[in-house]
Amino acid sequence: MTAQRPGASARPVPGRPDPGPGGAGGPGRSSGRDRHALLRVGGFSIRFDRRALVVGLVLAVVAVIAGIAGILIGDYGVGVGDVLASFAGRAADPLAQYFVLEVRLPRAVTALLVGAALGISGSIMQTVSGNPLGSPDIVGFMMGAATGALTQIILFNGGTVATAVGAIVGSLATAAVVIGLSWRSGATGIRLVLVGVGVGSMLGAVNALLIVKAPLEVAQTASQWLAGSLNSTLWPEAIMVAVAMVLLIPLLVRLSGPLAQLPLGDAVAVGVGVRPQRSRLALVIVSIALMAVATASTGPIPFVALAAPQLVRKLTRTSGVPLVGAALMGGVLVLVSDLIARRIFAPNELAVGVITGAIGGLYLVWLLIVERKRL
Amino acid sequence: MKSSALVGALALLVFATFVSLSLGSKWIPLDETWRLLLQPDGSTESTVLHDLRVPRTLLCIVVGAALGVAGGLMQSLTRNPLADPGILGVNAGASVSVVLVVSLTGVSGIGFYLWFAFAGAAIASVAVYLLGSAGRSSATPVRLALAGVAISAALEAITTTIILGDQTTFNEFRFWASGSVEGRLYPVLLTILPFVVIGLVLAQLLSPALNALALGVDTGRALGVRVGQARVGTMVAITLLCGAATAAVGPIGFVGLAVPFAARMVVGSDQRWVTVLSALLGPVWLLLADVLGRIIVRPEEAPAGIIATLLGAPVFVAIVRRRRLAAL
Repeated sequence: MTAQRPGASARPVPGRPDPGPGGAGGPGRSSGRDRHALLRVGGFSIRFDRRALVVGLVLAVVAVIAGIAGILIGDYGVGVGDVLASFAGRAADPLAQYFVLEVRLPRAVTALLVGAALGISGSIMQTVSGNPLGSPDIVGFMMGAATGALTQIILFNGGTVATAVGAIVGSLATAAVVIGLSWRSGATGIRLVLVGVGVGSMLGAVNALLIVKAPLEVAQTASQWLAGSLNSTLWPEAIMVAVAMVLLIPLLVRLSGPLAQLPLGDAVAVGVGVRPQRSRLALVIVSIALMAVATASTGPIPFVALAAPQLVRKLTRTSGVPLVGAALMGGVLVLVSDLIARRIFAPNELAVGVITGAIGGLYLVWLLIVERKRL
Repeated sequence: MKSSALVGALALLVFATFVSLSLGSKWIPLDETWRLLLQPDGSTESTVLHDLRVPRTLLCIVVGAALGVAGGLMQSLTRNPLADPGILGVNAGASVSVVLVVSLTGVSGIGFYLWFAFAGAAIASVAVYLLGSAGRSSATPVRLALAGVAISAALEAITTTIILGDQTTFNEFRFWASGSVEGRLYPVLLTILPFVVIGLVLAQLLSPALNALALGVDTGRALGVRVGQARVGTMVAITLLCGAATAAVGPIGFVGLAVPFAARMVVGSDQRWVTVLSALLGPVWLLLADVLGRIIVRPEEAPAGIIATLLGAPVFVAIVRRRRLAAL
């Protein structure tokens, strides 16, 4: 606390609800107790938000459980023993080893990585645009990635990497158009969202046209891809997303300082030595690259980028930028949704994007009701 | 000015009708079209014209009029230039209801599922309105549009889930779900026609009341409008028009956004004229979308709904971009 005017301590802190006696605030919220934990290693110490730490650990455990479930559950029965033997490379049943190592494990890994990439991407974009709806799946950037990737798949018969490049180029171009069209001394807020929705609908129509124009066998693959599906995911997709994350996350760590300052307003950001517009540009590019590579590997999976950061914020009850939490939550969302997609109409497998779309759409409705003041 | 706009719109409609009759995978010259229309001679061209193009064109006209007028009504009712049966999720409500019922009962046929389309459209339009106006203040244009986008997204995903999970439904609705006027001919047309006509008449009858309400609820009441009655009537008209259109051809978006917008630019904000002009320009818009769909990806055909979105979404962006997103 800085210098206080006399009598000011009696007032509630502006912008924070006053946790009255026995009120809505939980134990972690009461101002008397320190909500942080300290970890010392040698000369270094890191300060954790306790609640965020617990939420992160729980999410990590859920992710591991969901991943294991994804490996165990399927039409071809595999036991825990088979899985362990497969990891050691000497399963008695070669088919079980194949399913575990070559089909279900890459699928679970891809789900986790794609979800994490989408969660981080959404968290960045929501912070930069200052609006929970400013996430890449709502403002059309993801549709742009899909258009770029489909162009590669259908018109140029491109491979995995070419598809990823197409997705990145497509979404960057879309972002340029959307931000350009909504620019009024800065492109934040509701105008960005609505322009993005309009541009996204148009690109959706373009995608449908591309599929109509494609030869039949390509059209089937492409329309399955467009629904956002992990059904044909193998190691190359997992590796591509992993490589992209390894390349982009160090960049993001360097940008995390400015990212934390942006919500406080440009004046504060400038005051602490951040150049707001330049940081925004760099952050948007990182966010788009993460989302585009994820989209290229599985197709557009909607609403994860929107929901993951918001859900984590609800759970941790913080107002910061929840990058790690959003990554974990995104991974959990995609893993669990994929399990549902695989089993709900078994033996037919649905696309995971259909499940996230149905759940996420309802979540968006709820978000609009609850957070209407901020929109 | 207004009567010349009317004549112009009529001329456009005639032009679009003939383009739709004449263009396609097989091109029939205009004079030939006219001759075959009056006296069918049993040739291939004549069969194509009478069995395929004429019913398809008529269906486009009816559905286009329904969507255009429904959009104008929604914009007037919500005082929101961004209102459209597609954007606000009314068409998505109708289609999810149809797909759900067909997949659960296995019974198809438009005479059966039309009623469920009405029910879905009604529920979705009420839900959007409630969601957009939740809280103390009434629905702002932006909030209502966002609420609609959210509802549409959820409903479309649910529709996709059902269609993909059920092979028979899938085959029946693959084309329908993207808004296609192909292959749905006279039975469909005759089933929806009475409802669309009632909806259009209701829209025209309600227009003076909507004009008065545009001045504000209190002024409207002072001018003798029964506010509740007018609102419910408008909702009924919207439900009839959107439900019938969606049951016939699947969800088609942005026609109801762009057409009344264009109409209002020509004739001003008088709802009576907006309704009439939308009823004429809606068909023009949908016919041109359908014709473009036949040409643009030859030899394949793109569903009219896709082209309508391609043409209409830029109008949406243009409206959003205006400096002040003025309420109507």
